[in-house]
Amino acid sequence: MSDYKIEIKNLYKIFGPNDKSMVELVANGTGKQELLDKYGHVLGLKNVNIGILANSVNVIMGLSGSGKSTLIRHINRLIEPTVGEIIVDGENVLGMNHEKIRDFRRFGASMVFQKFGLMPHRTVLENGMYGLNIQGMASGEAEKQAKHWLNRVGLSGFEDRFPAQLSGGMQQRVGLARALATDADILLMDEAFSALDPLIRADMQTILLDLQAELHKTIVFITHDLDEALRIGDDIAILRDGELIQKGTPQNIVLKPADDYVADFTKDVNRARVLTLNTLSHETGSKEGLRLDGDLSIEQAMQQMVNSEYNLVTVMNDGTPIGQVSLSDMVGAISRPDATNSGSTTTYR
Amino acid sequence: MGFFDKFPAMERADLRDLKKGIDSSFKEFSRSWGESIEAFFDPLFYFLVNFEKLLLSTPWPIIISIVAGLSYWGSRSWKLSAGAAISFLFIGYLGMWDNTMSTVALISVATFICIALGIPIGVAMSKSDRLQSTITPVLDIMQTIPIFVYLLPVVMLLGIGKVPGLIAVCVYAMPPIVRLTNLGLRLVDKEILEAADAFGSNYRQRLFSVQLPLALPNIFAGVNQTIMMALAMVVIASMIGVKGLGVPVLQSIQNQYLALGMMNGLAIVALAIIFDRVSQKYGKRLQRHREGGSDV
Repeated sequence: MSDYKIEIKNLYKIFGPNDKSMVELVANGTGKQELLDKYGHVLGLKNVNIGILANSVNVIMGLSGSGKSTLIRHINRLIEPTVGEIIVDGENVLGMNHEKIRDFRRFGASMVFQKFGLMPHRTVLENGMYGLNIQGMASGEAEKQAKHWLNRVGLSGFEDRFPAQLSGGMQQRVGLARALATDADILLMDEAFSALDPLIRADMQTILLDLQAELHKTIVFITHDLDEALRIGDDIAILRDGELIQKGTPQNIVLKPADDYVADFTKDVNRARVLTLNTLSHETGSKEGLRLDGDLSIEQAMQQMVNSEYNLVTVMNDGTPIGQVSLSDMVGAISRPDATNSGSTTTYR
Repeated sequence: MGFFDKFPAMERADLRDLKKGIDSSFKEFSRSWGESIEAFFDPLFYFLVNFEKLLLSTPWPIIISIVAGLSYWGSRSWKLSAGAAISFLFIGYLGMWDNTMSTVALISVATFICIALGIPIGVAMSKSDRLQSTITPVLDIMQTIPIFVYLLPVVMLLGIGKVPGLIAVCVYAMPPIVRLTNLGLRLVDKEILEAADAFGSNYRQRLFSVQLPLALPNIFAGVNQTIMMALAMVVIASMIGVKGLGVPVLQSIQNQYLALGMMNGLAIVALAIIFDRVSQKYGKRLQRHREGGSDV
């Protein structure tokens, strides 16, 4: 699979003095609790295999303690794995020596932190320049680049402030600008927006999506918030207790939760906003409906239908009809799964 | 019962032999190594002597302008700078100028040595827990052992004079800067260090661009403490032949010269206050970013 920018293979992380000898126990099914009680070791990650798609937003989701922050720190090796492989552009990060890993962190992958990780003694501009300083870029050029990216995240005019003088949302914009300034292909975002209040968070998501539409970075985005994951993720992986439970597109996660854990996560999601016409589209008859693009969400489609006399949609893909969706299909799809248990006949494609 | 009545101490003769043995072997050591150790400290001696000469030969108005200028540069406060100048004028008027210059020279050189040695030791300590647990007791000893106890071997080795005085001052004054450098570096926020690592900083970049700047408040508290403790040693240093404000204080104790003791004592206090306020204000000024802002 060459369209994976990063491939994580058979990754185990166990915290404790004899971590290597615990791998086999874990592989043979020793659980997290048992490992802690009997052997005094903490299970971080268990046999994780994930392919990170190039040029897209890859969300890794899980509750606290699920190992997601541990996982992202393996990619730039802030944490050493117990066993496993992490292949970036065909090269195993875990085989790199100190020099190489430093270069990879300087030029290959930059990071945004939950608590921003800004340097309080540096101004906003100096923080933006940090990665470039470390790269060894001449300070004139670094200043120019940092200013460009600070401008892109909407911080022009704040260059001479100190981080403590900014609000949380603005501080994280500095964090984002600092990470983008290094021009690394990979952007690692560890719960980058989790510390922000909901409105600011939505703002930041919009900024990120706008930038991504233009930059096409490979983004690994950690979150515990499913709404955030569904909004920005092209691909979502769900972790529990250090194990990968499910991986797929947002639609897939919502429609086909792999188990109760995932189903629990997804039950309060606004389905109308996540599901698209494409996913519901199926062949019924030849009856002509309102022609709508398949990428529209159900929410958008319903709004359009209200303004027309149709109660049937003909789903269009590149100008050709590929199927139909009825109003009752839509209503069925957006109702919560526990409400549809009682013999609904809705079928999804 | 005899066992419980009297502590089972060493035989007197054995104890005497033990002490004699230690004494004679140290004398032996100082006889054979004293000169080379003295030669080792020669550069320090010349540095101190020449610095003192420089201060003494510079016309007093220049010294006072330098004092006022440095105070202003450090504290950005006209009041403090004027206060420093006035104190020096008073000191000179009361006939203590030369002694004050000698003391300023000693304190400056001692502080410089303490910083030059103490900060690197503190940095090394912050990196290694093992080193920390080795050095901490040494620092405890340096601070608590009665000064005369280590003064004696130093005098036996190097004789009486400036260098042993300087060493005595440094032994006593160095622990705070080492401790507080170590503490300051250990207290730097782990998240910020992780960010520095994530962007590929090497050890030097991390130390100089993140750790030391963020540890600065503590390091400055250490520098301040070191200066204060060095000043506290001035009188004791005068006992082993260091010139300066300590000498008249010592004389006044021996001869009950109340006024002489008071004046010189107050001159030491004036120096302490000037050094303390200026260094504190300077330290604070470096922490501009901590003030935060209400304007956003």
